[in-house]
This record gives sequence, structure tokens and C-alpha cells, in this order.
Amino acid sequence: MSDQLTTDPSKPAQRMRAGSMSLTLMPWIIAAIALILMPYIFTSNSALTIMNQMWITVIFALAYNMLLGQGGMLSFGHAVYAGVGGFACMHIMNMSDLFASFPLPVLPIFGGLFGIGLAMIVGAFSTRNAGTVFAMISLGVGELIAACSVIIVAFFGGEEGISGDRTYAMPFFGNEFLQQIDVYYLTSFWVILAAALMYLLSRTPVGRMANAVRDNPERAEFLGYSARWVRFYSFVASGFFAGIAGGLFAINYEILTEENLNTASSGVILLVTFLGGVGFFFGPIIGAIVFTLVQTVLSLQTELWAFYAGSLFVATVMFFPGGLAGLLMMHVPVFKLGNAKQLIQPYIKTLLPAAIGILGVCALVEMTFHFRHASIGDDEMTLFWTTFDSHTLLPWLIAGAVALIGIGIAKRNASELKEAWDAANTAGDAS
Amino acid sequence: MKKFTKMCAVSALSLAIGASAAFAENIKIAFIDPLSGPFASTGTNGLHQFEFAADHMVNDQGGVLGGTEFEIVAFDNKISPKESLIQLQVAIDQGIRYIAQGNSSGVANALTEAINKHNRRNPDSRVLFLNYAAVDPALTNDKCNFWHFRFDANADIKMDALTDVMVADEDMKKVYIIGQDYSFGKAVAAAAVSNLSSKRSDVEIVGNELHPIGKVKDFTPYSRKIIASEADAVITGNWGADMVGLGKSLIESGYDGPIYTYYAAGSGITAALGESAKGRIRLISQGDINPIGSEEARVAYNAFTAKHPDGNIDQSRIFNVIGMLAQAIEGAGTADDVVAVANQLEGMEYDSMWGGKLFMRPQDHQIIQNMNVGVHTNENIEFDYDNSGFGVLTESTVEMASMDSPTTCEMKRP
Amino acid sequence: MELILVNIIDGLVTGLLLFMLSAGLTLIFSMMGVLNFAHASFYMLGAYFAYQISIALGFWMGLLIAPLIVGVLGAGVERYGLRRVHQYGHVPELIFTFGLALLIEELVQFIWGKNQMPYSIPEVLNFTAFSIAGNSIPAYKIFMIFISVAIFIGLLYILTRTRVGMIIQAALSYPRTVEALGHNVPLIFMGVFGVGTALAGVAGVIAGPVLGTFPGMAFVLGSIVFVTIVIGGLGSLWGALVASLLIGWITTFAKSYNLAMSDVFNAVGIATPENLSDHWLRDLWTVTSPQIADILPYILMVLILIFRPAGLFGKRHS
Repeated sequence: MSDQLTTDPSKPAQRMRAGSMSLTLMPWIIAAIALILMPYIFTSNSALTIMNQMWITVIFALAYNMLLGQGGMLSFGHAVYAGVGGFACMHIMNMSDLFASFPLPVLPIFGGLFGIGLAMIVGAFSTRNAGTVFAMISLGVGELIAACSVIIVAFFGGEEGISGDRTYAMPFFGNEFLQQIDVYYLTSFWVILAAALMYLLSRTPVGRMANAVRDNPERAEFLGYSARWVRFYSFVASGFFAGIAGGLFAINYEILTEENLNTASSGVILLVTFLGGVGFFFGPIIGAIVFTLVQTVLSLQTELWAFYAGSLFVATVMFFPGGLAGLLMMHVPVFKLGNAKQLIQPYIKTLLPAAIGILGVCALVEMTFHFRHASIGDDEMTLFWTTFDSHTLLPWLIAGAVALIGIGIAKRNASELKEAWDAANTAGDAS
Repeated sequence: MKKFTKMCAVSALSLAIGASAAFAENIKIAFIDPLSGPFASTGTNGLHQFEFAADHMVNDQGGVLGGTEFEIVAFDNKISPKESLIQLQVAIDQGIRYIAQGNSSGVANALTEAINKHNRRNPDSRVLFLNYAAVDPALTNDKCNFWHFRFDANADIKMDALTDVMVADEDMKKVYIIGQDYSFGKAVAAAAVSNLSSKRSDVEIVGNELHPIGKVKDFTPYSRKIIASEADAVITGNWGADMVGLGKSLIESGYDGPIYTYYAAGSGITAALGESAKGRIRLISQGDINPIGSEEARVAYNAFTAKHPDGNIDQSRIFNVIGMLAQAIEGAGTADDVVAVANQLEGMEYDSMWGGKLFMRPQDHQIIQNMNVGVHTNENIEFDYDNSGFGVLTESTVEMASMDSPTTCEMKRP
Repeated sequence: MELILVNIIDGLVTGLLLFMLSAGLTLIFSMMGVLNFAHASFYMLGAYFAYQISIALGFWMGLLIAPLIVGVLGAGVERYGLRRVHQYGHVPELIFTFGLALLIEELVQFIWGKNQMPYSIPEVLNFTAFSIAGNSIPAYKIFMIFISVAIFIGLLYILTRTRVGMIIQAALSYPRTVEALGHNVPLIFMGVFGVGTALAGVAGVIAGPVLGTFPGMAFVLGSIVFVTIVIGGLGSLWGALVASLLIGWITTFAKSYNLAMSDVFNAVGIATPENLSDHWLRDLWTVTSPQIADILPYILMVLILIFRPAGLFGKRHS
């Protein structure tokens, strides 16, 4: 498991090949149908709200990956472009005359334009260098604008932010976007459009040159391209789509606050993108979906969600630097060789006990937390649909045993999996 | 592959949301406050008080409406307005009709607007907003709405009562105002200036400034400036780490006057200030803790600390929220029709076990009650905070503070 | 006038504390070429360990033991985490430390809870050393200055005057050559990482009682440490010292004097608009220096990166 593990920056050809896996139209059609059908599976408003949040994060993460994955620029302050776009949209929402003159689905474009504007100003000086200098400028600018949000109250509205009402726009075919479901389809339309545009952009010469400059700026310069301007274009394009995400945020939540700008949000989007995988176009999509689920759904179940999210993240960086997408794409050669079947059994033998073992560890963590922090007399806790007394020995023994045995079996079978994996891959090399 | 991931997402979503939809019998109150992150301690402590109050005051007494129990459902909003709105939606979907929130006026602003819009757009699933601690005056003035009830005194009322006590000190000639740079800090500063200038024109305000919220590592430079201004008293609305930092550094730098403040009790602050701040910090609060308001309250407090040895009842108004809601539901005869319950809450008079009478002013849904000014000390303290031996001893009380204070609220009733 | 002297002392304390953090970070950077985002988390761990130890054995044992534990932990992180991620390149390394910072914060909350810890100054040092015009200077601050200066001198001595220091310096510049000469370079790297994090631990131990020991303490200090070493020039010990002191003094003075933006504008000849409360730039006019004191270092950093990307004392270009 060497080459496919990560997209090595020194092997651009491999990266491109991996990316071009999805050059066909099929995935887009499937995605569009899936987006249309989702509300029929999940009818509740909260599911719609969570899905809206997911798609907004998807656009934002894809925009971020234009910098990190495709341009090799690490930004620690990217939330400000989405935030400023969102704030601009909110101000437009509050200008009743202007807002009543166009339908709501157009609004995110204004967010994108403001994102571009800010990105052009900042990019003018920050894209001269890549690497640490770029990263630190982005951090500095991010902190500055975040700090401004409480100082410049006229635009950012201070700590309580600014809010508006989306229903005052011109009715869109009679629709005033009163209900969550209307907003859902608006967001879905934009997520498909924005993702397709970003995908197409990555196939244009500008997108290709961004890859070239990422991998070898000097060589790109010798070919006659200005590395700086290539970076600038990527940066501005990324600012545009981030602004669109901000505009959608404004429509969905009808409020923008300081948290849309601060470094924590910038950090989260970095986390999301890397978790999904920076090497593949669809990586950030997976990252956004998984992270939103962890943040909103897992946090309903446990107070320790951030701990699990952090562990997942660190484990991903340590063992699968290609992210979840890299993990999936590792299997493409195996599928192509038709050897996938060989892997099913070893996978079940290793991953199932591993998953059970990890759940056992989680149970231990939860029990420790309950034991330490629960109130006196409140000995009962519910875990995995079972209620028990966390102050007795038995549950601890069970959880400990499950964890040990699960991980033990997984460890024992891991070598078998590795052999099967090698076999599944090498068979192809021979043919 | 993408489809597969979505499938996973689908099943996870339905599991998570479906799992919590059972048990529709109880009257559920959604508690939307931070349970993780930097403000989690305040949120968790508030949750414990809510759960305890619901059990102690309602469920152990046989419930309301002939046996229906209260249930507190906790939602972690990570003190983020965005997350709060998501959790609000989840709560509404679970059939919850009562939303309790308190930490951060920013979140409260977002929630009250969202609830107002939701109730207008979805008349079938209206909800009430029980605000137990967000004190931005705007919530019961320009931004007021029928669905929002505030059970805490707002920043203006608190400052009015605090300055009533301050001006009694004839030796106080110079006052320094310092606060966090956001809506609440600004509201405190504005209220302090207007109150002081109208009550004692001879008092000079020698400084009035804001510092970034939650970002100041070391307050020493501010303390130096305050000492250099020869202030006799300091007013601050700081809370959390900013309160500890400012209080400690003022005392260490040699300031020897009193510090008048809002939030300097519980959540580790009392313990962190400890001996050095004894007799120096005066804070405004409501509910009689030391001395305790009633025998009933003593029983409740002891039962609470028996259950949560590390906890404090630092927000006794939470018990008022539960008590008043129970009374309103009994009066309305239903818990499902929130308009009827809201009409009961409007203008309600309630005898709090923490002493005094409460009145929910119908014009703006702002509660009116006795305000206490207490001192941080370890003498005559029956109920200390943070198990530190230190607590807040009531020194003076303003009866039914700001009963006739003006409001700009134009309430639209359904 | 006295206030200026007091502020100089206060700024010195802030700056030297910052230096103890940035010294370790800049050493680690010059060694591995990676910014350690978790550095401030080790500072936090130092404070928490010291608090735990001080309950049982007193403050002084905490000062002695806590940095050692932090150093060992840091070395462990290098050996079992960073070294593994190193093969994937710099960005994953950086992101690893970023995730580690999140994880450590969660762990600290898990173990010690979310409240501020009552970790306080030892009784021996809890008195006023001297006063200047009513402003007392606590003895503990003098102690902090003393410790930081001692550490700086010690570090400088080891790096420039001892054999170990020579090998480290050589390993930083020419790791392969040093390895060929028979030195264990990975061990040196691990050692430097351990010492760097231990320094952050010391800073945590002595800053915990003054600045508060709470789960957000790493986040509050986190990015300012990067700003310091970027301004000073990545990898330069002297640069870190100068930048730390610069930031310490700039922020202290900006907070101590209420300089309003309108004064600045008026001084350069722009008149205050008449109806300020409606003006769209009203917030800019009413800004005062304490409000922006904590973002001044960021402004300084952005300016330096634009005009001198290598930093004040830096030689290398990213």
C-alpha cells in the first residue's frame, strides 16, 4: 500500500489520473437525483436544516480545496471570505427596495462578488509567496478581520451580528421561501452548480497551471507562467465560491455573526477538507458530510463529540494522509483488476472486530466521563440502547473485554488483510 | 462511492433523529446552551439546576395538569448562533414547545428572531422562549416579541440597582468603567454613565473603556491605568476568565477600592478570586442565598449540593422559570397551546422561594423583582461557591427594582 | 512618567513569557521546518501538571517536575507522531500538530473539567516587591523575569559554547553530513523537540498562576506565538527575543494609554465629520488603542511579511 496511499506532490501525473476518474457525467446526474430525492426520505425540518448545513459546508470545503489541494496554499483565515460574502448578502437582504427587485436564488452571486473583491485585495499581496509566508499572512488577515467584526459595528453588527428576512425578496415563481424545504432545493441547486463550476475550473488550463505551480513553481516560471498570477487566480476563484457559501448561509440562517469569521471557523474548514482528502476533487464533499454529521448529530448523543472528532482527525492525518477520499480511491485499482472479491472476507475479519473494539474503547471513555462528572446518585447511564449502573464493576469488565478482544482479533487478522491486499494489487501488476 | 457515503449519512441521520422521538408524554423543555467548549462549565451547571428544579419543584410534587412531568432535554449549542438555530429546529421537530437559553446575548438575539419567524411561518408548531440569563436590554425593548420571556433582570435594571447602592458611599468621587467590547459591555457602560450622572452629579467618570472580549491575556496594563486615574470605584460587566483576570490583576497591582460587577460568582470564579478579593468585590444579583430566602430554599439548596457536590445554585432564577412555567401551564389548563400559556405568564405574580415577589411585566415580558447587592466574603456564608468557603453575602436590597422603567417595546400579540 | 517605568516592567514580563514559548517553537522550526501548532498546548499542559503536582508537593516541585513530564510527552509526540507524518510532507505535519492541539484541549477538559483551576502563586513570593507611584510590582513578576532571563542565557550558552550545541546546530543545517559523522540525528531531533516543549512547559508553570489555568489558555496564546517567531524571523533565537519584547511592549503601551483614532486623524489634518453617529465610518473614528492592542501584532506581522518576508532577523526565505 504505497503509491495510492497519498497523492505524492512529486507525482502530479498520478494525481491527475486519480482526479480524472470522475470525468464522466454520470456522477453528477446521480448526485442531482440523490439531492432531489433526499427530502422524500427525510421529511423532518431538522434533517433538512442539517442537510442544508452540509451542502453549504460542501461548497465552502470545495472552495477551500481549490487553494489547499489544487493550489498547494495553506490558508488559516479562509472563513473571512465566506463571512464577508454572507454579511454583504445580509445587508442586501435588509435593503428592502433592492432586495425586492430580484428573486432570492440570485442572492448568493452577490456574496460571491464580495468574496472576489476581498480576495483580490488580500491576494494582491499575499499570493506573492506560497508556503509559510502565505499561511502566516492568511492567519494575520483572518485575525484582523475577525477582530474588526466587533469593532466595526456598522458593517458586522458587533457580537449579535446582523439578521434579515429572506422572504422579502421578489417571489420566485410564486415561491417566497417560507419553508425549510424551499430553502433546501435552493441550496441543492447551488451546490450542484458550484461544484460543477469548480470541477470544470480545475480542468481548464488555469486549474492545471495551479497544480503545476503547486508542484514546481520554478519550472512553471520557466515555462513562461507567472507563479504569482496563477496563485492569484486560484485565490480569487476560491474567494468567489467561499462567498457563495456565505450567501447561502445568510439565506439559510438569516443571521450572520462573528463566528462566521473567526479563526475557529477557518480551522474547522481546514479540518473538514483534510479529513475528506485534499488529493481528490470529491474529497472535501465527503469531509463536509462526515464532519457535519459528527458536529450536529453525534453532539446530540454525547458531550464528548469534539474529542472523537479530534481523535478521528489525528488518526486520519497519521495513517491516511489522503483522507477518507484517499482511502476510497485506494480500492480503485483493485476494482479495476476485478480482485475486489478477494478483499471482502479479510475486510470483514479485520474491520468488524476493529469497529467493535473501537466502540468498546468509546464505551470505556464514556463511562469514565460519566463516572467522573455525573452527579451523585445519578449512577445510571445509557449507552448503545442499554441502561446500566456505571458504578458497578460488570459494565467496565464487559466494555474492557469487548475493546481488548475486538482490537486483539483485528490486530491478529491485520497481517492477513495486508497479504490479501498485496495479493489483490500485485495480481494486476503481473497482468 | 459518493452515493454510498450518502447512504451512510442517510441511515445515521434517521437513526439519530428517530432515536430521540420516543416518549411524547412529558412536557419537554429544550435547554439550548453550551455543553462543550470554553463556556461549557456555565452551561453544564445551568443544566444541572434546570434538571434539579424540574424534579424538585414539579415532578416530585406530582407533576402538573394532574400528573404530567417536566423533562429537560439538553442541546449543545457550542455557544454558536448557527448551531443554536440547528438545535432549535431539532427541538421543534421533536415536538418541544418550550425553549430555555441564557448564555450569550448573541445567541439569544438569534433565537428570539428565529422563533418569531418560525411562529409566524408555522402557526401549528409555535414555541415559547424562556430566556433565563441573556440580559441585553434590546431583547425586551426594540427586539421584543410575544414569544420571549426574560426571567433575569436586564443590564439596565441591574445597573440602576447597583448604582443606587454605589451613590450611598459619600467618599466615592471618581469612578472607572471598563468592560468587554460587545453589545453587553457597551450596554453596561452606557447604563453606568447615565445612572451615575443623574444620581450623583459630583461623581466624576475618570475612565470608560472597552477591551476585546476573551482575548486579553494580562490585564495589568489596564490596572495600571485605573490606578493612575485615582479611581475610588471600578464598574465592570466582565464575566468568565475576563472577570477573574481583571479582578486579580487590579488587586495585585495595588488598587484598593471596591469593584462593582455583575458576574463574579460560581463557575470557578469565586474560588479563583479567593482570599485576595475578600470584601472588595460587590455584585448585583437576585434571589437570597446568604442569608437564605426561606426554609424551603434551604432544603432545595442542600438537596442540590447533595446531588452535585461541585455545583452551585448560582442562578436561582432557574427555579423561578420552572415554578412560573408550571403555574402558567396549570392556569392555562394545557401545555400544548403556547399562546394560552404565554397569556398566563404575562402579568403573572409569583412568590419565589428565594425571597420576594416576582412580576412578569406584560408590556415587554421583562421580570421585575428585588435586586440584591452582595459582597464576596467568607464570613456569615452558609452556602459558598466552588466549595471555596467564599460566597456572596447580601448587603442591601432594592425592592422591585425598575418597576416603572420605560420600554420601547411594541408587543404584537397573535 | 512613573507609569512609563511601570509599563516597561510589565511589558518586559509579558515579552519574556512570550519568549519562553517562542524560543522552543523557533528551535523546533529551524530543526524540522514545521510550525508546531500544538506548542501552546504544551504550555497549557505545563500549567495543569504543575497545578496537580503543587497540590501534593508544592509549587517548587511543580516547577521542577512538570516541565520534565511535558518534555517527555513532547519527545513522545515527535517519536511516535510527527516522525511518522514527516514522510508525507510539511502540510500534513502542520495539520497533524493542528489536530493535536484540538485533541489536547479536549483531553485537558476531559481530565480536569472545564472550570478554571485554583492554581496560585506560592506564599513565599506572594508579596509586593516595590511600588512606583501607587502601582505595586508583585515579587512574582520579578521572579518571572529572573527565570526567563536565566533560561535565555542557559540556552544561548548551550547552543553556542558546548559540544552538544555545536552538534545540534550542525544537525540543523546539514543533517546528512552529521549523520555520516556517526551522530544519531533522529535522536537529536527528538531531544530538541523535547527541550522545546519543556520550555513551553516552564512557561506554563510560571504563567499559570498569573494568567489563569483554564482549558482556553492555549487558544488565547496560540497564534500570537507564531506571530512572534514570524516577526523575529523563523529559526532565529535572537529574532524571537527581540520580537517577543517588541510585542510585549507594544501591547502593554497600547493598552495603557487611551489613544483614540480621531486624535490621530485630527493630528494629520483630517477633521472629524460633524454628525458622527450616522457616518458610515463612525466605528473607525471611535476606535481607541486598547481596543486594537491585541491585533497590533497581527498588523505588524502582515506588514513585515509583505516588506521583509524573512522577518527581522531571519536569513532563510520560507
